[in-house]
Amino acid sequence: MPILTYRDALNQALREEMERDPSVFLMGEEVGVYQGAYKVSRGLLEHFGERRVVDTPIAELGFAGIGVGAAMVGLRPVIEFMTWNFALLAIDEVINSAAKMLYMSGGQLPIPIVFRGPGGAALQLGAQHSQAFEAFYANIPGLKVVAPATPQDAKGLLKSSIRDNNPVVFLEGEMLYNTKGEVPEGEYTIPLGKADLKREGSDVTLICHSKTVAVALKAAETLDQELKVSADVLDLRTIRPMDVDAILASVRKTNRCVVVEEGWPFCGVGAQVVHEIQHAAFDDLDAPVERVTGADVPMPYNKHLERAAKPSPELVIEAVKRVAYLG
Amino acid sequence: MVQPATTTRLDPERLDFYHTLLRQMLLVRRFEEKAGEAYAQGKIGGFCHLYIGQEAVAVGTLAALREDDYVFTSYREHAHALVRGMSARACMAELFGKVTGCSRGKGGSMHLFEAKLGFLGGHGIVGSHIPLAAGAGFAIKYRGTDQVSLCSFGEAAANIGAFHESLNMAALWTLPVIFLCENNRYGMGTALERASAVYHIADRACAHEMDSETVDGMDVLAMYEATARAVERARTGKLPTLIEARTYRYMGHSMADPIHGHYRTKEELEEQKKKDPIAGLRHRLRDDGMLSDATFEAMDKQVHEEVADALAFAEQSPDPDPAELYTDVYRD
Amino acid sequence: MATKVVMEALSPTMEEGRLVKWLKQEGDAVQDGDVLAEVETDKAVMELPARGEGVLRKVLVPVGATVAVGKLVAVIAAAGEDISSVLAEPGPATSERGAGSGERAAPPVPSRSAAPAPSAPSVPTATAPAAAAGRVKASPLAKRIARERGVDLAVIRGSGPGGRIIKRDLEGAAVVSALPARSALSAPGGFEDVPLTQIRKTIARRLSESLGPVPHFFLTVEIDMERAWEAREALNALGEEPRITLNDIIVKVVAQALMQHPECNAWWQGDSIRYFRDVHLGMAVAVDQGLITPVIRNVNFKGLRQIGVETRDLSERARQRKLKPEEYTGSTFSISNLGMLGIDQFTAVINPPEAGILAVGAVTQVPVAEDGAVAVRRRMRATMSCDHRVIDGATGAKFLQTVKRMLENPLAMVW
Repeated sequence: MPILTYRDALNQALREEMERDPSVFLMGEEVGVYQGAYKVSRGLLEHFGERRVVDTPIAELGFAGIGVGAAMVGLRPVIEFMTWNFALLAIDEVINSAAKMLYMSGGQLPIPIVFRGPGGAALQLGAQHSQAFEAFYANIPGLKVVAPATPQDAKGLLKSSIRDNNPVVFLEGEMLYNTKGEVPEGEYTIPLGKADLKREGSDVTLICHSKTVAVALKAAETLDQELKVSADVLDLRTIRPMDVDAILASVRKTNRCVVVEEGWPFCGVGAQVVHEIQHAAFDDLDAPVERVTGADVPMPYNKHLERAAKPSPELVIEAVKRVAYLG
Repeated sequence: MVQPATTTRLDPERLDFYHTLLRQMLLVRRFEEKAGEAYAQGKIGGFCHLYIGQEAVAVGTLAALREDDYVFTSYREHAHALVRGMSARACMAELFGKVTGCSRGKGGSMHLFEAKLGFLGGHGIVGSHIPLAAGAGFAIKYRGTDQVSLCSFGEAAANIGAFHESLNMAALWTLPVIFLCENNRYGMGTALERASAVYHIADRACAHEMDSETVDGMDVLAMYEATARAVERARTGKLPTLIEARTYRYMGHSMADPIHGHYRTKEELEEQKKKDPIAGLRHRLRDDGMLSDATFEAMDKQVHEEVADALAFAEQSPDPDPAELYTDVYRD
Repeated sequence: MATKVVMEALSPTMEEGRLVKWLKQEGDAVQDGDVLAEVETDKAVMELPARGEGVLRKVLVPVGATVAVGKLVAVIAAAGEDISSVLAEPGPATSERGAGSGERAAPPVPSRSAAPAPSAPSVPTATAPAAAAGRVKASPLAKRIARERGVDLAVIRGSGPGGRIIKRDLEGAAVVSALPARSALSAPGGFEDVPLTQIRKTIARRLSESLGPVPHFFLTVEIDMERAWEAREALNALGEEPRITLNDIIVKVVAQALMQHPECNAWWQGDSIRYFRDVHLGMAVAVDQGLITPVIRNVNFKGLRQIGVETRDLSERARQRKLKPEEYTGSTFSISNLGMLGIDQFTAVINPPEAGILAVGAVTQVPVAEDGAVAVRRRMRATMSCDHRVIDGATGAKFLQTVKRMLENPLAMVW
């Protein structure tokens, strides 16, 4: 199987979907001539032309709304936000227009749009450029929220998101773009709403998504080698709709769980996961569910402070010890 | 400079057209009056923004559009919906929140939609729909058709970011969009002079190298002609236009807002009513021998009946089934 | 908020405790979980823990005093707090019992270790090393496991935070309270309840009327112990520790025989008989002022050496009164050996709800007839007491025959 970067996997997805369906177009800052701020859209302008790969001024609210308007009359836009931090400017269109249009119109106007871009922290970008907002969007009925962790998942999920008839918030990661992984050749998609067991074990469940999948896998390896604790590592892949069945199946097997996420703890994605577990698997829990999240602070600039603010394998291992009652 | 209607003489060949315009304005007027009454009786809940006094704008501009064009408007939209072709029944039933409403009772006064008629809402956040209309314009150009996208908004929306971003991109990419600013001089309770550094809305077009016109919004024919000019520019040249319609609303911002007293005087209101658009067209037609009083009365009576029928329909229609709470959140 | 320290029921059958030692004095700071005192119960010397924190403000019971379960023995409170109202109250009843049996102890329950008087089926109160003033803390999973296995949480010690009972605390946790309806073995084999047939009901009723609550009958057999003796010598000559005793062999033989005669490995339950698939043997041990029966679990799975090790350990701790409740409850059959005290033969009283007990006498050299001549051989007499409601004469006899055969031909154990 070929090895691709996460970035190139996304590029392939865009290319394939734009070939397949002429109503798909890409719009955003620097997507065309610049080849993409993070090079995700490299080569697309040359291949598809200006009509389908549209560079915008810096006007997130404006071009997000243009995307929604185009979707209202039958196109399938892919709107790129340079990062999800800037997308706050556009949040009125994402929520008040895209998410609600179908419902408010009594079912007349589906909005088949994808809003995509990198979310979460990179390295020392500071408080305004490091935010993981999946919980904001996952809260909204009418939106779907996807956060792939690997190149294979990224390609398959982006294709499905583009084909989905609902507005999809697609969260990538600057720190993920260079990661490499196997990507199947030929046509494939991955359905939204299905988690993926990235590692199998029986002593504890680690639930994660996006950048924390690597963190959880690293912790699982150490847990296995040093403490003989074997972990299920469940990659959510889609935040909304959430694959609750997969979560419950794992927790019923292991009886203990640690949720690992990059975002802030208060009302975060993990809070929803914990609710699902305590609600339906109450009698299967041998310990309260633990969360390892980003620190509840704006992201600091200093390198060490930043590292301390992010989830790490060490923090995951500490949490596992707590739920397994290991010294 | 405010453009009056260029038609100095009415054309007898177009009598039906003028009658249609008049009837539409009457329909809007009577509908809004009855909606106001129903709201005061508690039969319509939430917000209700009435268009009384501004009829010439919706009627005049929409008359210049084709069936396959797109119309976007704000929450003061009952007029645009009716003129675009929505039945008075579907409109009133939606105000009443009934399942027979155009949005199945889930939208309400601010979210009327009729996709088949190209009537695309019905939006509650000030200025939020302006980019949507630009997006429809983008799609028109993308597909290579000669459709037009019309966006109606109030003058207060001309101060919000979405307005400027949309005008910039429409001009930059030459999108077939008509930005229709219905300047009724008050953004809720704030007079234009207190909200805008630039009083003449149309002047903002120059910031984006866009064509513009300022039009007497109480004159339905002037509105029609100005829009027809903009439509031509859009269809053939893919050029956007900003039209400022100087108009006036007789009611408060919404049913919850006083008619006068706080932010405008009774005298001002009475003065503006002298330029009533319906009376204006009616008298012109009568003076030119194209409309008798009897005909007008019959027209008004028939409109009253249509509205009464719509009211009865709305009252008797059922509420949505409780299960509809969860429908149409996602499309399969 | 003051915490009342009361005499707790630290064993299933305890009614009063003797305060042996105070480990904290008035005025000492106390944390939740600290050991306040040592209390001698009917079975062992147990620790009395603090269930609150603050200062030990008042000690009400001196060393050596015996206090009924439930009575106030001390008060923990904040340094300046007024505790006069606490001291004035009568001691709280110990009726709040977490997951324990719903009823209070009925009329006095003679302890199970009190032989040889016939004992009524005991209705023990649930005790609570984990139950702090009535509330048992357990994870939802632990509660579910306990419920499924019929384990009484109140007698399990929790190793989680705050004394929370967690899954691993229940691993291997078997029957705890002796109340048949509430307890069950969590052993690998499990059990099966068989409702009484008409004939059994009739026998039970008529025999109970004539002989009292447990209708005993007795079967004696004389066993030739030469081969068993040789086997023991040979095994011990291997030189490995621990050295095994004849008693260890007898224990193993009884277990193996019970596997072949499961009708004897059972409990009488009033409306059914519980037949166990595994064997847990109670070994009567004489202790100061009484008798206690520690239980060796799953004897059918254990080898002689392990049996030996466990027997010695349990006996030692029994004599020191340091057994945990789960170590002296839950046997499916019992053995009493008075051989070391020179008794040739005796009848033991059944420990209800078990169906049988084997009383073993001394091994003596006696003359016997063999092939027409007189030989001197080591012989031992064993008497089995049977509950006639569960075991009939023929059933018991067949079991005893198997015991005899295995002891006389040790390899028959693994036949």
